[in-house]
Amino acid sequence: MSLAARLRSREGALALIIAVLAGAVALRAPTFLSPHNILVVLTDTSFLFILALGQTGVLLTRGIDLSVAANLALTGMIVALTAHALPGMPIVAVIALALLVGLGLGLINGFVVAAIGVPPIVTTLGTLTIYRGTIFAIAGGRWLTQSDMSAAFLGFPKATVLGVPALLWVAVIVAAAMTVFLTGTRTGRAIYAVGGNPVAAHYCGIRIARVQVLVYAISGALAGLCGYLWVARYGIAYVEIAIGYELTVIAACVIGGVSIAGGAGSVAGALLGALFLGVIVDALPVIDVSPFWQTALSGAVILAAIVVNARADRAGGKIILPEARRALRAGAR
Amino acid sequence: MNAPGPPLLELSGVSKSFPGVMALRDVHLELAAGQVTALLGENGAGKSTLVKILTGIEAPDAGRISVAGQPVRFASPRDAWAAGITAIHQETIMFDELSVAENVFMGHMQVRGSRLVDWAAMRRRTAEILRELEADFGPDVKLKRLGVAQKHLVEVARALSHDGRIVIMDEPTAALSSREVDDLFRIIARLKAQGRAILFISHKFEEVFRIADRWVCLRDGRHVGVGAIGEVSAGELVRLMVGRPVADVFPKRAVPIGAPVLQVEDLANATEFADLAFTLHAGEILGFYGLVGSGRSEAMQALFGLSQPQRGTVRVRGRAVRIRSPAQAIAAGLAYVPEDRQTQGAVLPFGIRENTTLASLVRHCNGAFLSRERELATTREMGRRFAVKAHNWEQPLRELSGGNQQKIVLGKWIATRPAILILDEPTKGIDIGSKAAVHALIGELAAVGLGIILVSSELPEVMGMSDTILVMHEGRIARRFRRGEATAEAIVVAATGTAQSAAA
Amino acid sequence: MNAPPPVVAERYRVADRAPHRPADLLLRWESVLVLLLAAAIVVNTLISPHFLNVYNLSDATADFSEQAIIALPMALLILVREIDLSVSAIIALASLAIGLCSRAGEPAWLLVAAALAVGALCGAVNGALVAVVRLPSIVVTIGTMSLFRGIAQVALGDKAITGYSNAFQSIGQGAVLDWPPLPASFVLFLLLSLVFGIALHRTRYGRALYAIGSNPVAARFSGLPVDRARFLLFVLSGLLSGLAGALLTARIGSTRPNIALGWELTVVTMVVLGGFSIAGGEGTIPGLVLAVFLLGTVTWGLSLVNIPAVEISVLVGALMIVAIALPILLRRLTRHWRPETAAPLRSRSIGNDDVPVSNRDFPDPEGASTRDQ
Repeated sequence: MSLAARLRSREGALALIIAVLAGAVALRAPTFLSPHNILVVLTDTSFLFILALGQTGVLLTRGIDLSVAANLALTGMIVALTAHALPGMPIVAVIALALLVGLGLGLINGFVVAAIGVPPIVTTLGTLTIYRGTIFAIAGGRWLTQSDMSAAFLGFPKATVLGVPALLWVAVIVAAAMTVFLTGTRTGRAIYAVGGNPVAAHYCGIRIARVQVLVYAISGALAGLCGYLWVARYGIAYVEIAIGYELTVIAACVIGGVSIAGGAGSVAGALLGALFLGVIVDALPVIDVSPFWQTALSGAVILAAIVVNARADRAGGKIILPEARRALRAGAR
Repeated sequence: MNAPGPPLLELSGVSKSFPGVMALRDVHLELAAGQVTALLGENGAGKSTLVKILTGIEAPDAGRISVAGQPVRFASPRDAWAAGITAIHQETIMFDELSVAENVFMGHMQVRGSRLVDWAAMRRRTAEILRELEADFGPDVKLKRLGVAQKHLVEVARALSHDGRIVIMDEPTAALSSREVDDLFRIIARLKAQGRAILFISHKFEEVFRIADRWVCLRDGRHVGVGAIGEVSAGELVRLMVGRPVADVFPKRAVPIGAPVLQVEDLANATEFADLAFTLHAGEILGFYGLVGSGRSEAMQALFGLSQPQRGTVRVRGRAVRIRSPAQAIAAGLAYVPEDRQTQGAVLPFGIRENTTLASLVRHCNGAFLSRERELATTREMGRRFAVKAHNWEQPLRELSGGNQQKIVLGKWIATRPAILILDEPTKGIDIGSKAAVHALIGELAAVGLGIILVSSELPEVMGMSDTILVMHEGRIARRFRRGEATAEAIVVAATGTAQSAAA
Repeated sequence: MNAPPPVVAERYRVADRAPHRPADLLLRWESVLVLLLAAAIVVNTLISPHFLNVYNLSDATADFSEQAIIALPMALLILVREIDLSVSAIIALASLAIGLCSRAGEPAWLLVAAALAVGALCGAVNGALVAVVRLPSIVVTIGTMSLFRGIAQVALGDKAITGYSNAFQSIGQGAVLDWPPLPASFVLFLLLSLVFGIALHRTRYGRALYAIGSNPVAARFSGLPVDRARFLLFVLSGLLSGLAGALLTARIGSTRPNIALGWELTVVTMVVLGGFSIAGGEGTIPGLVLAVFLLGTVTWGLSLVNIPAVEISVLVGALMIVAIALPILLRRLTRHWRPETAAPLRSRSIGNDDVPVSNRDFPDPEGASTRDQ
C-alpha cells in the first residue's frame, strides 16, 4: 500500500490526527513529546489498550460487553484478597488467578448470550450489576490499600524491562497476540464472519455459539488481567474502582472504527482509538486545561468519530448503471 | 454424453415439514458423477428446502442420504461440506467487509503448519479461479466494492475452491448476463468432465435444455417425475411443474384502457437507473421485466418516495407531483407492494387486522383513537375479497402461509384506495394455488380501473398479464413491447443485453 | 377464457376475535409480574412490621418515582429498537440549569421550565444524531452521556450548588395531598403512565410505534414517519429526564456533578423487566408499571431489613437476566411438546420469538412457521 493510501485509510487518518494533536500540545509544552513522557502516556493508556482489544472481539460479533469494568474490579478484589491471605503467593500465580477469574466471569456472559440467547446488552448490563454487587458481598465494603499488599504484588506492573514498564509490555504482548489471532487464524476470521453476516457464517459451517462464547471469554480474561494490574498499579481495591470505564473502552473502539454493527474493525484501529483518548487525558493538565474537561471532550470525540465513520461507510445506491460501474472501477484504481 | 456412473449422491424417502407446511414428502433424488441434473419446480415446490437438506442447513424428518454408497447424516453445514457437497446459494450470502479471497475460503481456510492462515496460498488459488472465470477483479478487493453479477462470480469461485464431488447450483444464472452465463456453462462442462455431479436449479428452460443431462421435477414438495433431458419437451415439464395446463395460470381479462394515471419522464438517479420514461393508464397492466439487479425495484422505490431520484418528472392523473416520502406517495394515490414480503411487506408479529390497516391508519380512527370496529370492517372486506384463509382476524401473520401473507399485504394497499398499484414480484415464493388467486386479483383490480405496474422476473407471468412490457437492462429500459408483439426470445435478448453486446 | 381457479371461489370462515384461552392469560408476562409483586408484598409484610405503614410506603415511592418517570419514554425508545443511555447525564445538565437559574434568583416555576427546556434540547441532539444522521443510538448516547455530564462537570468543578428556595424544594419534598401522603413525583408518574398507556395502546401513534419496533422497514414502506417518530421519542426522553432532574434536585436540594450517576442502567432494567424486548416491538405500559412497583417493593423491603443497596443490585441484575432467559428456556422446552404454539399476544409471552438485538438478523435459519416451501 502506498503512503497516500495508508493515510486515506481510517487507521491512517486517525494516526495522523493523533500526531497533529500531540504536536499541537508539544508546541505549548515541548516536554510532552519527550521519550520519557511518550512512555508515560503509553503506560497510562495500557489498561485502555488491553480492554479495547478484548471489546473489539466482542463488538466484531455484533455483541457488546458492558461488564468489563465490573469484571476488572471484582477480579482485582479477589486477587488482592487472595494475595493478602497468602502472602507468599508467587506473582505468576497471581496473574494466572486474575486471568482465570476474569475468564470465568467472561464465560458466564458468553454462556448466557450464546447458549441461552439473552441479548448481549441485557446480559452484560445484568452481570455488570451482579459483579459490582459481589465485590461488596465478598469484601464487605472494605478497602484494601497498599499496606495490605506485598511489595512483589505491587511491584510487578512498575518493574521495567529494557526501560519499559511491565504494564506496557503486557499491553504490547496482548496487542501482538490479538493481531495474530484476529488476522491470522481461522477462528479469528470466523469472528469477522459471524458479525458480518451470521446467516452466511452458519452456511459456511462456522459454529456461531462457540465463537460468541470465545469472544466473551477473551474479553473477560483480559478484564481479569487488568483487574490485577489496576489494583497493583494504584495500590487500592474497593467496590468502585474503574466505575463507568466500560463506556470509555467502547468509546475507544468506536473512535478506532470498530463497528458496533459487527464485522468491521481492526486491532490497529482499536489501539489508535485508545491512544487518542489516552493522549487527550494526559495532555489536558500539560496545557493547563482543567481535568474536568476530560469527560466532555471524550464525549465530543466519540460523537465526531462516529459521524466521520458513518460518512465513510455511507452506502450509496447499488451499482447498476454501466457508467456507474465504470466510474467505480476507475476510482478503485 | 458420459455414461451414467453409479449414483454419487442418493436421497430416498426424504421428508421435511415445518409448522403448518409439509415442505418435502418422500422425495427421491440421484445424482450421477459427470452429469448435470436439473431440478425443476415452481417457487414453493420445495427446491430450496431440498438444497438446505443437502447442504446440512436443515435436517430431514425422515429419509436417507448416501454419498458414493455410504449412508451419511449431516448435523451441520460442516458435515455436508466434508462429504464433498458444495453449493451456490440462491441469495448471495457473503461478507461485504471481507476480501474476495476470504469470501471464497471462509469456513475452509488453508493453514500452514503453524496453524496460521496461509494468505499467500489462498490469494494465489483465488486468483487462479478468478482467471478461469474470466472475472474482471482480483482476490484482494473488498466484496462491498463489487456489483451483483461480480458477487455471484465470487460464489461460483467459492464452490470451485472446494474439491467437492457434488456441486449444487441454486439459480446461478439469475443475475448474470448472457455472456456470463456462457462462461458459467463452460465451467459447468469442465466440472462435468472432471467427474463431478452437478445439481442445477433454474427457471429458464432454455438453460436447462442446454446444460442438463437429466431432470427431476418437484411439485408441492413431492417428486413428480424424472428422466433424461433428451426425452422430454418443455411443454411436458411445465405441465409437470404446474400440475395443470399452462393457459389457466395467468387469467387475463380484456379491460378497456382509460386515461393516463401515471406519467414518468426522464427519471434517474446516480448509480441505479436512468432515462426512465413511461405512461401508465387506468385499467392497464404495465409489465416490467428484467434480470435480478437490473434496477427495476430501485426505480419503483424511487417512484414511491423510498429514495430520492436525482431528476425526472412524475405526473399523477396529469398533475406534477414531487414525492419525497411513502406518506406523500400514498396521499398521491400510489401503492407499492414490495418484493420482499417478509422484511418489507408484512409486520409478522402483527395480526391480520393490524397489518391490513397499517397504511391507512388515519381512516380507521376517531381523532387519534383507533376504531376497532372500522378496522374490522376493512379487514373483513379485504379478507373476503382476497379469500384469506385464517382462524381469526387477530392471528399473527407469522402463522400464515406465504400466499395468505401476500394477500394481506395486497389488502393493506388496496385499503389505501390507490389509483396506481405497483407490484414488485407479487407471486415470488408463494404456492401455486395462491399464485393463481393473486393473478386473478391483479386482473380484477385492473378491471375496476387501477393502473398496475407489474415487476416480475417470471417471463410467463409478465407475458400473460401485461398490456405493455418494458424490459430493463442495466438500469435502462432496453425495449418496449405491446401485448402480443413480444416473444419470449426477444424479451430475454433485451433483458440480457445480448443485442447490445453483439452491436458493440 | 377458462373459469378462475377454484381457490378464488372458496370462502373461509374467519372469527373476529382470537379464541379466549385461560392459558394465554397466565402465560402473559404481566401475569408473572403480578404474581411476583404479590409474593414480594407478602414476604415484605412478614419480615418487617413497618412495611405496610402508609407513611413508610409513600416515603419509599419517592426513591424510585423519578427513575420510573424516565422509564416511560425509555420504554417507547426500546419498543422502537433504540436506547437512550444519556438520561442520567441529561439530569445532570438539567440540574445545572436549575442551579444557574436559582443563583440568578429566578422563581421556582422558571427553574422547572429551564430543566424541561434543557432536557428537550439534549433529547433533540440525540434525536437528530440518530434520526437525521442515522447513527446507532447506543453509541450516540454513550457519546452524549459523556458530553452532557462533562459539561456539567466543567461548569461545577468539584463544587455543588445548594441553597434552593423553599418554594422550589417543596416540589420534591412535599406531598400532594394530606392523605394518602403521596409525593408529587409519584403522582406525576401515575398520571404519566395513564397518558402513556392510553397513547400506546389506544391510538394510532401507539400502533405506529409497535409497527416500527416490529419491522421498521415494513413500517417505512407503509408510509409511517419512522425517522420523525424516533426523533420525537428522543426529545420526549430528554424532556422527561429534565422533569426528573427538577424533581430530584428539589428533593435533595443540591446540584452535584455526579447527580443521578448510573441511573440509566436502573431505568433500562425497569423497562426490560417490564416486558419490553431489546429487539423491539414488544411490551406494555401496564407491564412496565408492574415492574416499577416490583423493583420498588423488593428494594424497599430489603432495605428495611438492612441489606445494603449494593447487594440488592446483585439481585436486581440477576432478576433482569432471569426475566429474559426464563421465557426463552421455557419456549425451548414447550416447543418440543407443542410445535405450533400460537401466541397472539403483543406483550412478552412465552412462545413469542424475540431475537437478541445484536443478532437481529441472525439465522432462525428461515422464519419458523412462515416458510413457503
